[in-house]
Amino acid sequence: MLLQVASNFVEGVDKAFFIIMGIGVIFLVGLTTLMLVFVFKYNKKKHPKAVQVKERMILEVTWTAIPLLIVGFMFYYGYIAFMPMRNAPDDAIQVTAVGKMWEWNFIYANGKESKKLVVPFNKAVNLKLISLDVVHSLYIPAYRIKEDMVKGEEGFMWFIPTQKGRFDILCAEYCGVRHSYMSSEVDVIDEDKFNLWLTIIDKKSNKEELPGFLVLKNNACTGCHSLDGTKLVGPSFKGLYGRSEIVLTNDVERNIKVDEEYIKASIVNPDIDVVKDYNKGLMKSYQTVLKDEEIQQIIEYFKTPDEK
Amino acid sequence: MDISAIDNSFLKHGTKYKGILGWLMSTDHKRIGLMYMYAIMIFFVVGGLLGGLMRLELFRPGQDYITAQTYNAVFTVHGVIMIFLVVIPGLAAVFGNILMPIMIGARDVAFPKLNLFSFYIYVLGAILAIASQFLGKGAPDTGWTFYAPYSTDTNTNVVAAVLAAFVLGFSSILTGLNFIVTIHRMRAPGMTWFKMPLFPWSLYATAWIQLLATPIVGITLLMIIAERWFKIGFFDPNLGGDPILFQHLFWIYSHPAVYVMILPAMGVITEIIPTFSQKRIFGYKAIVFSSVAIAAVGYLVWGHHMYTAGMSTTARWFFSLLTFIVAVPSAIKVFNWISTMYKGSINLQPPFYFTMAFVFNFMIGGLTGLVLGSLATDIHVHDTAFVVAHFHYIIFGGMGFAFLAAIHYWFPKIYGRMYNNKLANISCAFIFGGFTLLYFPQFIIGMQGMPRRYFDYLPQYEWAQVFSFFGAIVLAVGVIIMLFNLIKSARKGAIAGPNPWNGKTLEWTIASPPTVENFEEIPVITEGPYEYK
Repeated sequence: MLLQVASNFVEGVDKAFFIIMGIGVIFLVGLTTLMLVFVFKYNKKKHPKAVQVKERMILEVTWTAIPLLIVGFMFYYGYIAFMPMRNAPDDAIQVTAVGKMWEWNFIYANGKESKKLVVPFNKAVNLKLISLDVVHSLYIPAYRIKEDMVKGEEGFMWFIPTQKGRFDILCAEYCGVRHSYMSSEVDVIDEDKFNLWLTIIDKKSNKEELPGFLVLKNNACTGCHSLDGTKLVGPSFKGLYGRSEIVLTNDVERNIKVDEEYIKASIVNPDIDVVKDYNKGLMKSYQTVLKDEEIQQIIEYFKTPDEK
Repeated sequence: MDISAIDNSFLKHGTKYKGILGWLMSTDHKRIGLMYMYAIMIFFVVGGLLGGLMRLELFRPGQDYITAQTYNAVFTVHGVIMIFLVVIPGLAAVFGNILMPIMIGARDVAFPKLNLFSFYIYVLGAILAIASQFLGKGAPDTGWTFYAPYSTDTNTNVVAAVLAAFVLGFSSILTGLNFIVTIHRMRAPGMTWFKMPLFPWSLYATAWIQLLATPIVGITLLMIIAERWFKIGFFDPNLGGDPILFQHLFWIYSHPAVYVMILPAMGVITEIIPTFSQKRIFGYKAIVFSSVAIAAVGYLVWGHHMYTAGMSTTARWFFSLLTFIVAVPSAIKVFNWISTMYKGSINLQPPFYFTMAFVFNFMIGGLTGLVLGSLATDIHVHDTAFVVAHFHYIIFGGMGFAFLAAIHYWFPKIYGRMYNNKLANISCAFIFGGFTLLYFPQFIIGMQGMPRRYFDYLPQYEWAQVFSFFGAIVLAVGVIIMLFNLIKSARKGAIAGPNPWNGKTLEWTIASPPTVENFEEIPVITEGPYEYK
């Protein structure tokens, strides 16, 4: 089999696939063979004089009616496999799935947050879909489901995991430079393990409680600037304040130390002093997006040392 | 060699000016058509090279040659060039211009000056499209679909690209208008609607789509510009707009645009098959009505691009039902084409090989389209490589192969000379083989869940990217052989004579290449277009 079979929808979807593709292959092989047979049999060399055949109404009516019936049949199988996807059971576990450039966040009813979607085996899960910026699309190939996340609207998708283990979550709607890295996984575990997992809520550090941290999160700054030192689209925020950097100003290298002025300038005019080895033109000015007060909060956050 | 026909033809005689101005200022539909052809061929090569660059980057996982940002710009530019500069004008602007007036027995289109004006609007749009890549803060990175709010938010030069698409739309609208009037008013005496050849018929259906659907995308693109410049909230939720509205407006045009590409392609195929089978087309009226039906119902199926976008469940199944219905007239055409070959006397020449490749590719494109039209299966393969494979099968495998078939079919008519048959057949084999190797594996990894527009991918999808890369190389070799053959033969090929294929439509009754006026005397039509005896 090409793909894992891991949710309650797989059977219906794969059946519709099989039927549509099956009929398609029959038509493709049949018609291609017919065409080739005609080309050989009625080749000019063997068949120098064409015979003008009369049109037959009955033939044309038949080959209109039969395809109509066949497509009706295909529509039906697509329809019956699809409709359950839009009817989530009331007792499903509610999880809010948040998409933003370029990471997923899953928030459970008790406030627990996770980058991975951890769910109990064989229980219905209903995902409320929210985007904080552009359109994303939550796609789980092994479950055969996908639904877009649109800012300002609230979508949903639901499923019952029928296999334990880990399955890819991918973003299917193009969302910018790190679109292809916007992935996570579903982790399907036993229900008792899940209940235990749910109760462990990572305590936020004091630094993460600062308002500036929320500003960085909500404006998707952390999509390009990592918090753990990883090199993404822009320089990492880890240990930013007071760091020495080589920046390019009008293509001239110079050394600077990251201070309040530099941070503010980088938010308002990101293309003026670009840290070496990073590209110009990728970040827009946040001058009109952030209030001065929020920029101050961000600076406060950077000034606060990491806790250990 | 008797080259007097070439010396007397439109290739040597401009209408008013001489030399290069005789081309640039010409209102002769044949010269305008050829100018479109040269422009489109150049853009096709540029778009193809960008496609090749993507295949090279995807050859191995991870970053190899270009950055993710560059990759995103490359697939956007590839899409914009191929869709707006190559396939939408494609057959209608090139072969519609060169041949439609002749096929209906006219000396030119209804508004020759407007025709030249349309060409210059196209050139202006093309310049804007190219400029958008170099001006401003980096090439647009939205994909050719310009989905909001990404397109209203990104830092890159989206406005210029959007404006280019808007300008190009006007060229399309005016060409459509010109063709509708020409077909209504300028058919030769005696050529009733049902005595008109089927390529003009397909252009007629296409022209109505161009005229009615293109303004919608024009307005939509202006709304994006208004949103970006004046912060008027249409699509951006931050300004109170609705991103889904953009998708609706975009696809209301862009889905019918697929029929703008494929209907003339079907028209070309419908001309070639009777000629090389020496037979009357089977089901003339069925083909006419199916063209009109495709144009009409094709308007109402745009929602099938949006099954996962958050439309209501009712809208989703209704669009699916309509989508399945629009598949039927396309199927009817395939049956008619193959039936036309039955008991024919088939002359296996290069245009016919390209046509067979078209029919095969088009069937795969159409049948995989059913997978995408079906609700449950589309939810799985939407926005994956499966979609990429499907539309390349329709647009390249379909429209592209029809374009190549058309070039090889009408080449002797346009240039009065014949190309090398053997080389043409070899190039057809390379292009078909390369095409298949390039796009077929994408169906499979799409079904396995490889999303489209991915700069990097999981290791299980690598094998297909390797196949596709080598397919691209084979395809490129085929295109080079073909261009070499055609360019050389246009100047040095053997003299073709007026009717090398024993065709029946009017263009084969006049000199090759045609004179400036096409006909010395406008013919009087007494019978249907494919009356082989």
